[in-house]
Amino acid sequence: MLIKQLSIFLENKKGRFTEVAKILGDAGVNMSAFTVSENSDFGILRLIVSDTDKAIAVLREKRYAVSEADVVCLHCPNQPGALAKAMEIITAAGIFIEYMYAFSQGDAANVIIRPDDIQKCSEVLKDNKLELIAANDLYKL
Amino acid sequence: MECMDREEMRKLQTIRLKRIVDHVYHNTPFYRKKMQEMGLEPGDIQSIDDIVKLPFTTKQDMRDNYPYGLLAVPRSEIVRLHASSGTTGKPVVACYTRKDLSIWSEVVSRCLTAYGVTKNDSVQVSYGYGLFTGGLGAHGGVENIGGMVIPMSSGNTQKQIQLMHDFGASVLCCTPSYALHIAETIHASDIPIEEFKLRVGAFGAEPWTENMRKELQEQLKIKAFDIYGLTEVCGPGVGGECEYQNGTHLWEDHFFPEIVDPNTLQPVEPGKMGELVFTTLTKEGMPLLRYRTRDLTHLNYSKCECGRTAVRMGRILGRSDDMLIIRGVNVFPSTIESIILEMPEFEPQYLIVVDRVDNTDTFQIQVEVRPEYYSDEMSKMLELKKKMAQRMQSIIGLKPDIRIVEPRYIERSTGKAKHVIDHRKFE
Repeated sequence: MLIKQLSIFLENKKGRFTEVAKILGDAGVNMSAFTVSENSDFGILRLIVSDTDKAIAVLREKRYAVSEADVVCLHCPNQPGALAKAMEIITAAGIFIEYMYAFSQGDAANVIIRPDDIQKCSEVLKDNKLELIAANDLYKL
Repeated sequence: MECMDREEMRKLQTIRLKRIVDHVYHNTPFYRKKMQEMGLEPGDIQSIDDIVKLPFTTKQDMRDNYPYGLLAVPRSEIVRLHASSGTTGKPVVACYTRKDLSIWSEVVSRCLTAYGVTKNDSVQVSYGYGLFTGGLGAHGGVENIGGMVIPMSSGNTQKQIQLMHDFGASVLCCTPSYALHIAETIHASDIPIEEFKLRVGAFGAEPWTENMRKELQEQLKIKAFDIYGLTEVCGPGVGGECEYQNGTHLWEDHFFPEIVDPNTLQPVEPGKMGELVFTTLTKEGMPLLRYRTRDLTHLNYSKCECGRTAVRMGRILGRSDDMLIIRGVNVFPSTIESIILEMPEFEPQYLIVVDRVDNTDTFQIQVEVRPEYYSDEMSKMLELKKKMAQRMQSIIGLKPDIRIVEPRYIERSTGKAKHVIDHRKFE
């Protein structure tokens, strides 16, 4: 239930994201989710795409600094308290979250989590009957 | 000569200095005029200590007298001409008599011998041949000791390594940056490094650091030595390291070194850092009095473990004309370079950008992170920045703004890389 996420180092300059989006688009790679974390000189673009290997190949060819990380994607009802319940479980298990981002669609919400201990996190969530999305399903969203 | 008692050396230097001053006073109008303006006559120079009375010579003087104005012999006595690449303005010209060439070969031979090179060695000279002094300078020295020269010149690196392998070259002479490129090319090739016979590297013509030495020694499985020189003085061979790799011995029976404060031009206390100045004691064609090299270093007069008494020059820490003064602190790009080279997280390429905003100097260093150190976590990326800024501060006493740029953002150079952009205007 682990999902491959790409991170791309980008300088804070005009048009950088446009170029990445174009490279991926031209290669026929679709983005399922992304988020940007930034400071005054650079940003880290994190994204989940339909074809990770291909995305890495085309981006590296254009000399982008791309790295891969494993994340989990929690699928929960899009209603008050649903996320709080999951977070309580994670916190109680002593897992630290490096960062997370989410997107919702109708009745359901998807939360991408990058914990410090990914094995433990995915086990704890499964043990508590929370639904995790498989990579293939997420790429189709 | 190399192990001569220091008092004896001073006596010899005194005799030779008197002779050379007499020679230029009578044969080079430029020096006669300078000395006359200072109220100086050859007879005022009675010992090597009197050298401080003599006028300095600068690169500008050489340009003003381009190309033959500083000749001290008739043109017919000159058998060879070399010139520096001169990235700004006219090239600097050096003219040699037959005797000058023979002394040049002699001093290069001293360097090679100090590295342990003998007549049994095959020496690949991968310095450029031509106007540049590197190629032919090293060439003459190798022939003089009876070694076999492989006169490759620079460039065509694939062929360099193939022939280095086939001919069993045991010594490589080139610039340290080209040696790094050769090492990279060997490791990327199908020929394992074990099949090469290399054991000694004689690298010079640009300043390099201890870290670079380490890298070259490991990658090429050699012992790497510095060879120092400059076109104006004769070319490579003004000095070289010995087996102890602890300072570059200068052949001071031919080239008398001084260290002066680049601002006041007064001699500094022995052992202190300053600008290196040379007086050629034996050159006939184009002798120079107190030539300001702009290279910043120090001299060590203690006897070396190898037994040589010849003065040792420390690493060149930069050039007096390259030195940046940022917020009142003297900053040498070479120091910044060695800090970056010591940190495995960063690529060796860098760019220093200095500006002045609201009357305060800004000091930025652009660096690239090596691929395996990029992280998806902002905190780790910021940690890298902080780590370098702190190292810089602890060593140079000034905290730079470290800017991590995208891979390959910093321009790659095949010649001398541009490392500094100074936007400040000093009117």
